[in-house]
Amino acid sequence: MSTLGAQRSHIKLARDYGVLLSAVGLFVVLAVASAPFRTATNQLNLLDQWSTIGIIACGSTLCIVAGGFDLSVDAIFALSGVIAAWTTVHLGSPVLGLLLGMASGLVLGLFNGVLVTIGRINPFVATIASSVVFLGIAQLITQGSVIAVDDTAFSELGLKRFGDLTLPALAFVVFAVLSAVVLARTVVGRKLYAVGGNYEAARYSGIAVDRVQIFAYAVSGLSASIAGVLAASRNSSGQADLRTELAFQAITAVVIGGVSIYGGEGTIPRALVGVLILALIGNGFNLLAVDPAYQQVLLGTIIVLAVAVDAWARRTQR
Amino acid sequence: MSRPLVELAGVSKRFGGATALAEVDLTILTGEVHCLVGENGAGKSTLGKVVAGVHRADEGILRLRGEQVTFRSPRDSIAAGIAFIAQELAIVPDRSVLDNVFLGREGSALSVVRRRAQLAEYAALAARTGFDVDPLARAGSLRLAEQQKVEIMRALARDAELIIMDEPTASLGGAEADQLLRIIEDLRAEGRTVVFVTHFLADALAVADRVTVLKDGRLVRTSPAAGETPDSLVTSMLGRSLGSMFPDARVDGPSDGDAVLQVRALSRPGEFAGVDLEVRPGEIVGIAGLVGSGRTELVETLVGLRRPSGGSVRVARTNGPFRSPRHAQRAGLVMVPESRKDHGLVLGRTVRENVTLPHLDQVSRLSFVSRARQTAVLETLLPEVGLDPRRIDSPVGELSGGNQQKVMFARWLFERPALLIADEPTRGVDVGARAGLYALLRKVADEGSGVLFVSSDNEEVIGLADRVLVMRAGRVAGELTGEVTEDDVLRLMFADETREEIA
Repeated sequence: MSTLGAQRSHIKLARDYGVLLSAVGLFVVLAVASAPFRTATNQLNLLDQWSTIGIIACGSTLCIVAGGFDLSVDAIFALSGVIAAWTTVHLGSPVLGLLLGMASGLVLGLFNGVLVTIGRINPFVATIASSVVFLGIAQLITQGSVIAVDDTAFSELGLKRFGDLTLPALAFVVFAVLSAVVLARTVVGRKLYAVGGNYEAARYSGIAVDRVQIFAYAVSGLSASIAGVLAASRNSSGQADLRTELAFQAITAVVIGGVSIYGGEGTIPRALVGVLILALIGNGFNLLAVDPAYQQVLLGTIIVLAVAVDAWARRTQR
Repeated sequence: MSRPLVELAGVSKRFGGATALAEVDLTILTGEVHCLVGENGAGKSTLGKVVAGVHRADEGILRLRGEQVTFRSPRDSIAAGIAFIAQELAIVPDRSVLDNVFLGREGSALSVVRRRAQLAEYAALAARTGFDVDPLARAGSLRLAEQQKVEIMRALARDAELIIMDEPTASLGGAEADQLLRIIEDLRAEGRTVVFVTHFLADALAVADRVTVLKDGRLVRTSPAAGETPDSLVTSMLGRSLGSMFPDARVDGPSDGDAVLQVRALSRPGEFAGVDLEVRPGEIVGIAGLVGSGRTELVETLVGLRRPSGGSVRVARTNGPFRSPRHAQRAGLVMVPESRKDHGLVLGRTVRENVTLPHLDQVSRLSFVSRARQTAVLETLLPEVGLDPRRIDSPVGELSGGNQQKVMFARWLFERPALLIADEPTRGVDVGARAGLYALLRKVADEGSGVLFVSSDNEEVIGLADRVLVMRAGRVAGELTGEVTEDDVLRLMFADETREEIA
């Protein structure tokens, strides 16, 4: 009855290559239109500026592929920086502070994972609620102000440079490569796809589905705390009300890149293309001095398109 | 009476690469009960859905009362006086039965829902159908058969001239199915037209004026029901007789080695009770019974998806009951579940990934998945289950139902299990692929595994199994060996309590 050979729908092709083509196209247009854009310094600056969102987008990708959703990354980002700064100031050890800050994301992510799996709470509700709690804790620690750290050892991490390459930019590259390898090549990566693609089928196949999802939330939390600690180090301070748009931006990048919000599909390289598009749009609008309001309109439109294409691709797949 | 109501000319429909309907010409007469029969995958449901406006034909013409029409959605066909009762029920689970019955008929958006009038109309409907369903119950809390009744009443409430029913008796018990057949006769007496899609040939012949047989998406023939028998229909549905589809049973009978599965007094409240069961190596045991008789619940309990309240399970040398499918798998007990799409496959992922999912440790090194190892195993495993190894990197969502099922079998034959359980192994699988699956199950048994399968297709149970267990209301009603007839199975399936005491 059916014929041999995989017939991929046009929509899928559009999704797979359309995003990449638009990123390349955008890059070429900007390179031609703007001389400052072309410089290596600008490129490395971009990498540095977008390292925070890039790292978190990688964590979010794992979580979304596994069928989860983590809206608490901005809260974890802030709380982990606060924990790092507080520990450094009160215990006098910047190394301990930085390590504790990064580890905190892992613990907070585990907590999210437990809420969603064992607690059976809807991921949106669970992570919005936990982010309120996390931010509250951060407020309690900082008592509403900023914890300034005047230890140079604390600040070194965020400010360290290798030529024009900053340490946060390098951390982004390393985190991206690691998470890409985990997702594409390892046993746990396969399980993430299976659990996100069909939770029940994974369970019937003997996969420890809860454990796999908890792992995904833990990685998501870890990515936020790595980014949070790097930011705190660079700012020489910990602060509770910081970059509250992070979760939205990271998820936007992931979705634009073509990672399915329904789970089970998507790769790190795709999410990175999404980050690239966001970065190019932001940078390009700045360099070309276009009203930022247009940027918002464009972004919103792109998100709707990306999600719609994903939904259409799913419909033809049945 | 014999004016054509619906005419189809040269209708074709494809899904992805698969042809579901090929150049079908069909006329449905006003006031007749017209049955569409055929094997799974023959296109009978698709044909019903084309007439109902659920699917749009890729080619061909649809005429209603002599005028060419194009239905863009079910909304168009409902407006044209056509009601469709889908096999996958379309109720709104959180609303009441009443709201569900009058769904889409509440009046204009601004008008007030007239609850009292609806209740009166509902009472009339209930009286007419003989269905006794509480109108204020939450629809989602009803049993499947009750939900089916809600769907039927919804179609009647719409006062449709043409009612299309897709496998309406599949989830109904004997008495309820009979009730439905009477309703169909009543509808005809009122001058309505009914298209009835079914694979229960006895049901079809009981009510139909005319029967259309489909095979592989093509129309074999349309003829008066009076001139047909179940046998004549089967022969044209299959293009061969049923017996030839099943492999020969093992000549020397199952070995008398230790049982691979030993179940004693297994119970789970509300589902099944006191089940004793034994499967020996080389043996194929079939479980027959009505939907709701506890068959699926039983096998799901065996593989650790549900917890029994009492009783013992032993697989090969390991004592159960098992806490999860993983524990069952370690003991050598695996299951191909009833619903491939819900519980089996990750549709967006490839054959390779789906087959190796429960065996990742064996195809990986230091937690890295080795494609080479996967390929090495799958190159011999896929042909064994009848799947082209070139499909190894196809997303399983693009495969036909039969090939999807082969992926499921490949998954669980990756390591030879002590006991392979298959719940409805041929559901949604076309005829050609069925014979292949039967041969595969026999081969698995011949190589020393035990096979336990659940099926609602009694011919399949009789044809394939060495031994048949019939379940009724959560208990094993009886065991049949030797020359089993469909009559024996049905008798056990439907026997009432008094008859059981005599026997």
